[in-house]
Amino acid sequence: MKLGLVIREVRDAEQTLAQQLNALGERHKADHDVFHLTETLQRIAHANLERLEPHGERYGVDVDPADAPTEHGSGLLEKAREKSAELIGRRPEPGLLLVRDLRTLHLLYAEASIDYVILGQGAQAARDRHLLDAVSHCHAQTLRGMKWTVTRIKTAAPQVLTS
Amino acid sequence: MKVDRIADPWGPATPVGPGEPWPERVDAFLARGAAPERWVQTASLLHSDGDAYDVAVAHGRLVGVRGRGADRVNRGRLGPKDLFGWQANHSADRLTRPLVRRGDRLAEVSWDEAMGLVVDRSRELLREKGPGSIGFYTTGQLFLEEYYTLAVIARAGIGTNHLDGNTRLCTATAGEALKQSFGCDGQPSSYDDVHHADVIALFGHNVAETQPVLWRRILDRLEGPEPPRLVVVDPRLTVPARHAAVHVPLTVGSNLAFMNAVLHEVIANGWVDREYVREHAVGFDELAEQVAPCTPEWAAEICQVDASLIREAARVLGTAERLLCTVLQGFYQAHQATAAACQVNNLVIVRGMLGLPGCGVLQMNGQPTAQNTRETGANGDLPGFRNWANPAHVEDLARIWNVDPSQIPHYGPPTHVMEMVRYMEQGVLPFWWVSGTNPLVSLPEADRIRSICSSEDVFLVVQDLFLTETAAIADVVLPAATQMEKTGTFTNADRTVHLSEKAIDPPGQARSDLDIWLDYARRMDFRDKDGDPLVTWNEAEAAFEAFKRCVADRPCSYGDITYEKLRGGSGIQWGGERLYADGRFFATPDECETYGRDLLTGAELEPTEYRALNPDGKAILKACEYVPPQEPPDEARPLRLNTGRTLFHFHTRTKTARAPQLQAAAPEVWVELSAADAQGLGLVEGDLAEVRAPRGRIQGKVRISGIRQGVVFVPFHYGWWDRPDGTSRSANELTITDWDPVSKQPLLKAGAVAVVKIADADGGAPAPTNTGSAPVEPSGPSTRGGEDAMVESRLP
Repeated sequence: MKLGLVIREVRDAEQTLAQQLNALGERHKADHDVFHLTETLQRIAHANLERLEPHGERYGVDVDPADAPTEHGSGLLEKAREKSAELIGRRPEPGLLLVRDLRTLHLLYAEASIDYVILGQGAQAARDRHLLDAVSHCHAQTLRGMKWTVTRIKTAAPQVLTS
Repeated sequence: MKVDRIADPWGPATPVGPGEPWPERVDAFLARGAAPERWVQTASLLHSDGDAYDVAVAHGRLVGVRGRGADRVNRGRLGPKDLFGWQANHSADRLTRPLVRRGDRLAEVSWDEAMGLVVDRSRELLREKGPGSIGFYTTGQLFLEEYYTLAVIARAGIGTNHLDGNTRLCTATAGEALKQSFGCDGQPSSYDDVHHADVIALFGHNVAETQPVLWRRILDRLEGPEPPRLVVVDPRLTVPARHAAVHVPLTVGSNLAFMNAVLHEVIANGWVDREYVREHAVGFDELAEQVAPCTPEWAAEICQVDASLIREAARVLGTAERLLCTVLQGFYQAHQATAAACQVNNLVIVRGMLGLPGCGVLQMNGQPTAQNTRETGANGDLPGFRNWANPAHVEDLARIWNVDPSQIPHYGPPTHVMEMVRYMEQGVLPFWWVSGTNPLVSLPEADRIRSICSSEDVFLVVQDLFLTETAAIADVVLPAATQMEKTGTFTNADRTVHLSEKAIDPPGQARSDLDIWLDYARRMDFRDKDGDPLVTWNEAEAAFEAFKRCVADRPCSYGDITYEKLRGGSGIQWGGERLYADGRFFATPDECETYGRDLLTGAELEPTEYRALNPDGKAILKACEYVPPQEPPDEARPLRLNTGRTLFHFHTRTKTARAPQLQAAAPEVWVELSAADAQGLGLVEGDLAEVRAPRGRIQGKVRISGIRQGVVFVPFHYGWWDRPDGTSRSANELTITDWDPVSKQPLLKAGAVAVVKIADADGGAPAPTNTGSAPVEPSGPSTRGGEDAMVESRLP
């Protein structure tokens, strides 16, 4: 049984997503919707890990939701970064940076998504109904985040590329 | 009979029973000694109700008003803002000449010079940076003909994606929630449904103050035989809340939790019209799954009200036989706005209460002509409820305008105002043309808006009646004409179209917004693809007919409505009394206005996803999980901020502050607290307090009202133009920069604040005593208008 292997992949993907969402929110604080929504999506990544935790246990994988923060960083270092994000928020380049960062995020979502597909197939073959339910739920949430990146990029790219 | 209509804003009762027609009651107010020479017809321009009236004219001036008894909307009744607001037309400080910036002052110039500057700058930017460097921000108070002309200029002339209205602050969620639930915009119900309903539910809708005449209609039912039961969801003890069978004073930021619990109860108790849902809706299983864990006990903790109260509200809503729901800013300007508004749509859909007398939903507007921005596309959407993501819709529009489809930006959602502000902040939107609105006072986080709009990188054109806070920092100021100084049509919140005719000349050199834009189009020499002029009309009626051709095959077709038919008699509803009487929606994949969005993130659905979800064009039951709001209260800032309006003012008071009766009724900002919070903070009625948010602070006198604990209310009308020292008292110094991910409506009822005492009271707060801001214990004088506010009401 190699399901544990894929649970580990999915776990790592969600953790990376949470970290990237955190970084992206901080970096683009002056894009207020991005700042707020990345925090919402961070919470979703965290909730996904919570849902996976008991299944990880069954397959010998340590899934710790605490590795995915639920709030944008609030330490001193982050505060300093936020301030600089507000300052650079006044220049045109952040637009390009935002598109690039959303692109990175989109690819991370795609990775997490395909990992869920793989895990879902394994769960079905192993007739693990509970795992399949969890995977279906988490996968749908991941697709939500991925679609958001597309919508947001569609909004941002035209202005950035023609200004 | 004569009534002081400042003291009694709603006027004399004419009680009615269920199904009975609403009697006429004709209100009239004339300036002292006035001898009207003629009467000219119009309708309300200081709120969204669309009350029809005639204005009296003598010696080229307005001298009074009289309600139109024949009109379906008000049957002659008028609210205080219509009775007294017209006086602002003749204010001595109206703008009468174009102004251009010369260093730190504005100099009077000719129209030729001002428009020359605007045109030169437009051409230069189009040449050097392209159409994305030009943005337009309009209002919800111009006429249909003006919006449509602006939409053609912006979309097909300039070719920019940056066009929005301040309707983003008022009606964006109404339109978006209707689109998400019914596939297309369009108000489902009618005001007449008030006369048939057995339960009327007001969700975040303080109707007594936003639409006093509609409240009089509801009140006449409440005071008549077999009255309906009223459900009010509002953190404040508003006038409707005082009349409610069930008042749910939930805390700010918890609307969706409440609605999810209501739907939980409705489904759990089997108050669902299974047959209607099966025949006319998709998504029921997903909705049921979403709300399954949302028990009243769960919601009670979030909403900070008793679970039994939520259960009781759900029971009344769930067992109503004819349920009419209305929604406004308490939901629209708050956290998870579209999701909460959609749950109200879901409620009427699952109960099968749509399209029948007394049944349905009114997703309200805040402004008189907001509905027209949605129909014409001046709110950012495409004209005629067309779907920008559907190439066939764009081609159809391009055919009507005779331009190449690629000229009309449709590669992404239109740019909403907060995004335009962000582009200005980044320096990539260097030209902003603001018409009929005052963003320096009305947009959230005022300090940020001020700093961005004052930047030298932004060429700011402002078109207005007065030197507003925004006009004062503009590069070019264009003096505009207003109601009674120009002709046009507009449509109220229940789709009733009214004609407003020119009665007097505008002051000085002021011009109608339509004339200003027609002049701009001529000077810019916009052409269609055959080289003919793009804008083919020269006056209002021709613009109206052009708009009618543009929407002829669309859900918002104006059919055979003409100026002639709108003269005399009653206003006319487009689409008839109820839009969805046959259970058929404008929602098939080929006709829908949107393919829909995820309510949590705003992510768009692909056309193929929509096709799979809703091939037959049914209503869409859409739901979303509750998530906690940004910036929750903490020890340092323990109160939640709620901003809003008062009955006696409109927006930033550009007109209402210049009507003496209205200004005297609510002369200054105040800070409204519950008795328990005030006691905890050591405050008493009339104390001067400071409200502090992370973004700014303002001072005002304390009113101890019936507002729920933990919430502080500040009215948003008060800027700084009429303050001798120029300091701001704008509620938006406090508000947070964030918006609903679906409708992009800014959250003006959100964020955490602290309130601290500054000075002892020297009298009560300057807040009205007969509205939602009524004091818990009367201390000072009550709100009165006296001799100058006596209005004649002719009763049946």
